[in-house]
Amino acid sequence: MAASFFDVDGTLVRTNLVHPTVFYLANQHNPLRSLGVMARAALGSPRMALAEMLDRRRFNELLFAAYKGMSEDRLHILADEAFDTVLKRAIYPGARDLVQRCRAQGHDVVLVSGALDFLMVRLAEHLGATGHISNRLEIKDHYATGKLLRPIVAGPEKARLVREWARERDCDLGDCFAYSDSYSDVPLLSVVGHPCAVNPDLRLSKLARTYAWPVIHLGKRPALAELMEKIP
Amino acid sequence: MSIRAYPPPSSRPSELGPRSRSRGSHPCVVTLDKKSAPRAVFSGDELLSVDLPAGTRCLYPRPPVDALKDVDAAIRYALNHPLGSDPLHAKLRPGMKVVIAIDDISLPLPPMRRPDVRQRVLTVVLELLADHGVDDVEMIIATSLHRRMTGDEVRHVVGDRIFKAYWPDRLYNHDAEDPRGMKLVGATDQGEVVELNRKAVDSDLLIYVNLNLVPMDGGHKSVAVGLCGYKSLRAHHNPRVMRDCWSYMDPAGSALATSVDRMGRLVEKTLNVFHIETTVNNRMFDRPLEFLHKNEDDWSGTERASFKALSFTLSRLPQPARQAIFQRVPSPYGVTGVFAGACEAVHEKTLERCFAQYLVPVEGQADVVVSGIPYISPYNVNSFLNPLLVQVMAQGYLFNLYRGKPLLKKGGTLIVFHPCTDQFDKEHHAPYVEFVHDVLPQTRDAMEMHHNFEEKFASNPAYIEMYRRGHAYHPAHPFYMWYWGEAGRQHIGRVIVVGADNDYIPKLLGYETAGSFQEALGMASDSKPNPEITMMHIPPIVMADVSG
Repeated sequence: MAASFFDVDGTLVRTNLVHPTVFYLANQHNPLRSLGVMARAALGSPRMALAEMLDRRRFNELLFAAYKGMSEDRLHILADEAFDTVLKRAIYPGARDLVQRCRAQGHDVVLVSGALDFLMVRLAEHLGATGHISNRLEIKDHYATGKLLRPIVAGPEKARLVREWARERDCDLGDCFAYSDSYSDVPLLSVVGHPCAVNPDLRLSKLARTYAWPVIHLGKRPALAELMEKIP
Repeated sequence: MSIRAYPPPSSRPSELGPRSRSRGSHPCVVTLDKKSAPRAVFSGDELLSVDLPAGTRCLYPRPPVDALKDVDAAIRYALNHPLGSDPLHAKLRPGMKVVIAIDDISLPLPPMRRPDVRQRVLTVVLELLADHGVDDVEMIIATSLHRRMTGDEVRHVVGDRIFKAYWPDRLYNHDAEDPRGMKLVGATDQGEVVELNRKAVDSDLLIYVNLNLVPMDGGHKSVAVGLCGYKSLRAHHNPRVMRDCWSYMDPAGSALATSVDRMGRLVEKTLNVFHIETTVNNRMFDRPLEFLHKNEDDWSGTERASFKALSFTLSRLPQPARQAIFQRVPSPYGVTGVFAGACEAVHEKTLERCFAQYLVPVEGQADVVVSGIPYISPYNVNSFLNPLLVQVMAQGYLFNLYRGKPLLKKGGTLIVFHPCTDQFDKEHHAPYVEFVHDVLPQTRDAMEMHHNFEEKFASNPAYIEMYRRGHAYHPAHPFYMWYWGEAGRQHIGRVIVVGADNDYIPKLLGYETAGSFQEALGMASDSKPNPEITMMHIPPIVMADVSG
């Protein structure tokens, strides 16, 4: 059995982890509370920007702290709307076809994302993926604590989780595919036999060229990437 | 290495008189003597000067056939006086759905100087359609599993006016992997599945605009291959069929053509198709490089100096600059024929023109065939001729440039010049890299590849996505490139490559290497002492019509 592992943000959808978070913050049970939590998140944004550059895992922890105090009910009630408003509209043309093509090959298709599980369930169902490995908020007494449950899905940890997933299912990673847009996912791409860069950032684009990995553009190809590809 | 700059001071043809003589009945077959000048040989995008032994038979391309004086008039005449069909205007009615399919960038080589003859045909056809109230018109570049053409490349072929009016909504590339874009036409009595572009199948009239460079092009291949997908190609693009092509440049002796013809006849029965075929001469090089067509002994002093300067410059330039020099300059082909109407009647005329341009009568086969491998093939327009394409040029196209019997004797030696650089265009030839570095090290046996590797490789979702949305060849294509050399591989005893910049690529391809032509010849003589040697002086294209 083979599987295809897909990073989500920037790979299958043009949004990132921040967009659904902003949606949740903007849709608190009253506008004043929305204003308050958004202001608090804005104040924390320089720290998040720094963490994004240095440590993807730390970035996820800081970002999801914004969910602290939200009720479990509200998280789930808003999930459909968040999916329709934020994620569904941002799916790249061709993403669904690509997932379907992998399914047609008999692959399990697994979304591997730092995004939250209740959104990934909906995305997986919409695209026809068979599963997801995603982050989960810690819930205590029906309220989010603002912490993530371990393991945190980010960077090199994605590779470990994929290995574990494959081992549990007796799946040969040499026959598997992985798709990502980001250099931070090189560990994930490196554990499978068929890595593929999708809408790659410049560093990943360069690496993909060096190792002759396939490069796919589901979105509009940036002019700079196009220029780089012409350089022999 | 004995490859040396041209001309050697002691043997200037202008001082010593003719160095070669024509043998047999044709002026394009020249036998070299001791005083003959070295021959100009392409080694990728470099030009070498090579001393060949006295007695070597050198096969030159025919001079370019005269071009038509008024191409537009010839197009109008062909549309109004079609072969085996009503005139195009009689097939039109207001409101009908018309699809025009157009040959892709693999034809001609190099691309034709503007206006491309397809632009001229399309201009006349579109005017005619408009005059008859036909405005539901879509144009499809018939790429089959070739890479999608870029906007600029399409603009070059169809011209600015048509491009602006139709691209990209009504002028686009065929997509053989669009799950909703293909439609089953049927199957032949041999079980060959014919599945074509849905738009073409659903049209009221399909017009095919072809540019026929070599006898392998055109005819039933236009629609049945150009607009098909993997399911249909499997019927004939496989090692079993390719082994039975003697040669694929001679449709009468080609199992490939036979299979395609069966499928094409089914297409003609089912669809309403009007074929327009055009032929061009072999004027590949324009004035400054025109001397490359000629016998080196007939070069003027200026031409010898030009060659020397060119080969020196090329040897000093980086590879991308050399590629730009040759590939960015379109060729001044002249249009030699325009035929329209029913497929087989039209193609018969086209083949006559093609053979008239390329065939050179040759008496007897050779023990050793020598040739340069140039920088271009149908599959690397605007990109690098990678190692797999070197193979397709050597054991594929070069070997197949004959009618009758192969120029090389069974078990003979093919000596080619090429650096065999381990370099690929990372986008156009993305699946080739894995093929060369992962499949070839496991097997060179085409049958084994076909049975054990092809299907899985050809359905790789990442490569298919690159084919559909990028500009990559389909992942089945590298396998076809290997099969394309299959008849040659079965027939040729040894391939020796001169000037390779590495050993492992030739080894992967099953080639031996030599540091110089003399060394290669020595190796060939081990197999057959005092071999009869023939050089194919290409490009431009020449086909051997071998008898005796």
